[in-house]
Amino acid sequence: MFNKDRWREIIEVLTTNVWRTIFTAFGVCWGIFILIVLLAAGKGLENGIKQDFGDTATNTMFMWTRATTRSYEGLPKGRSFEFKIDDVQALRDNVPNLRFISPRNQLGGFGGNNNVVYGLRTGAYNVYGDYPEIINQDPMAVTSGRFLNYNDIREKRKVAIIGNGVKNDLYDKDEEALGTYIKIQGVNFMVIGTYKKNNSGGGEEGQKEIFVPFTSFSQAFNRGENVGWMAITANDGSSISQLKDKIVDVMKKRHKVHPEDTRAVGYFDLFEQYNRVESLFGALKAVAYIVGIMVLLSGIIGVSNIMLIVVKERTKEIGIRRALGEQPWSIKKQILMESIFLTLISGMVGIIFGSLVIFGINSLLDSVGPVDMFMSPSVSVGVVTGALTILMVSGLLAGFIPAQSAIRVRPIEALRNE
Amino acid sequence: MIEIKDLHKSYKMGTNSLHVLKGINFKVEDGELVAIMGSSGSGKSTLLNILGMLDGADSGEYTLDGVPIKNLSETKAAQYRNKFLGFIFQSFNLINYKSAAENVALPLYYQKVPRKERQEKAMQYLERVGLKPWADHLPSELSGGQKQRVAIARAMAAEPKVLLADEPTGALDSKTSYEVMDLIQKINDEGNTILVVTHEEDIAHMCKRIVHLKDGVIVEDKKVEQVRAEQYV
Repeated sequence: MFNKDRWREIIEVLTTNVWRTIFTAFGVCWGIFILIVLLAAGKGLENGIKQDFGDTATNTMFMWTRATTRSYEGLPKGRSFEFKIDDVQALRDNVPNLRFISPRNQLGGFGGNNNVVYGLRTGAYNVYGDYPEIINQDPMAVTSGRFLNYNDIREKRKVAIIGNGVKNDLYDKDEEALGTYIKIQGVNFMVIGTYKKNNSGGGEEGQKEIFVPFTSFSQAFNRGENVGWMAITANDGSSISQLKDKIVDVMKKRHKVHPEDTRAVGYFDLFEQYNRVESLFGALKAVAYIVGIMVLLSGIIGVSNIMLIVVKERTKEIGIRRALGEQPWSIKKQILMESIFLTLISGMVGIIFGSLVIFGINSLLDSVGPVDMFMSPSVSVGVVTGALTILMVSGLLAGFIPAQSAIRVRPIEALRNE
Repeated sequence: MIEIKDLHKSYKMGTNSLHVLKGINFKVEDGELVAIMGSSGSGKSTLLNILGMLDGADSGEYTLDGVPIKNLSETKAAQYRNKFLGFIFQSFNLINYKSAAENVALPLYYQKVPRKERQEKAMQYLERVGLKPWADHLPSELSGGQKQRVAIARAMAAEPKVLLADEPTGALDSKTSYEVMDLIQKINDEGNTILVVTHEEDIAHMCKRIVHLKDGVIVEDKKVEQVRAEQYV
């Protein structure tokens, strides 16, 4: 394989007709270039969309109550009901494979009135009553201080973690927020931490939230045993989409809702949405591969064609070499290696050009700032190795027919004097 | 060295079959220099191709140095050609993108002789045909006579048992023809067996034995007084 003479010969053959070699190589180069760029573009789109999901635990559903639509057990339809804090334990007992169940209560919301006061400043923010687990489902980076813990829950401490957005609104630039008190609907809470969220889903909104212990929230704002809504995450091995029916059934039973009432318990299955997006990108990727490989294929056919011509041109030479005693297999190997070499080299050039283009787009994106739904297009090392493997195989295929025809040349016919 | 018995060969041309060799019997001893003569179409090239294992016979026996040559696979044939035979062609058949030395080294490459040894041997044989200073030249930079001498060096390089020359002087003027024949005679003097196919009387008489072919049979097989080519050079 790594025989100096063989390599010299390959180089000699491919350089005798430089322009022909270059044009042939261009076909393969173009094909792999298209493949790489398409895959990178798909990846860029995927990155852009997934950015919106951030690092939210995607195996998650959100569940809330609505008015019933059927009467049941003597209760009328149109009845409102609310989840209770006991429901959480009931879910833990009845549904296996749930990782986190976070009951939540909420103040404020879109277009709400100013509800938070610090010193002379006020602002309208979403205020959540939460358990410490929420940080695993709605990830955020704690930038100073700490997040909620179970002591806060047990002792109903009036403490709050505020978003960077809140801090920027209410505090002076260099002012220390930790240890200060903010007034939420007239109740003082001590700021014990600040956070920053990575997902751009809510955009600025995500940074303007305030988290307080669930128990203190219930007490301070008169929620009693009620739970506004729940965020439920399944264990990694199982999907929330499969568990959600069971979860909803448990809730219906506990709140005397007709088993066939599909409207009473509302939910949003993030996992299903995520999967839909995932499969969309799967399809995109498949299209990229198909288009790329089709274009590559025409390049490969070009290589095969040229190799056939090379063999034809070298009929006499092959005849001489066989007369001198070269083994047929050795001739076949020579043709195959020429073909693989040509395909690989031109493919690598294509990969390099593709990478340059991707690099260019990336630096363009960096300079103009983030673009909607498109972010850092890239191809992984895996894709590149995959592409090289495809090239290797296609070089082999391209060389196969010519190599076969080369050893079919009988020396006597090749040497016949014209 | 070579022994053939009742050799037949015919070519199919559509529905007709052309019977080219119609029962050839002959024997070549070690160290002979044989000219095979005949007009065109007499079957002399076909005979040489069969002797050279480039083509198979329809029937008959062929033994080369005690080895029966029959029903060879392409791989085996290539091996035997490499080991037993050296070819010299009318049109030289050098590989035109390889230098003279590389051309000479080619049969050794197929024998998997190490590179260094190959180069040494190639130089040695080029020296014997008087072309050492041209070792790095491409065939296109050599004259016809020089090309044929490179081809002879190449045929010799693998140290074959028999040299087969198909009209070695066919493409050369008479002066260079004699030079080439002089070289062939000298190689023969060293004890090598050589078969020369030719249709030129003077070239044939520079051999030691002339076999006349006509219409696929041997019509004459005689020993002749060898004319040395040296005197014309």
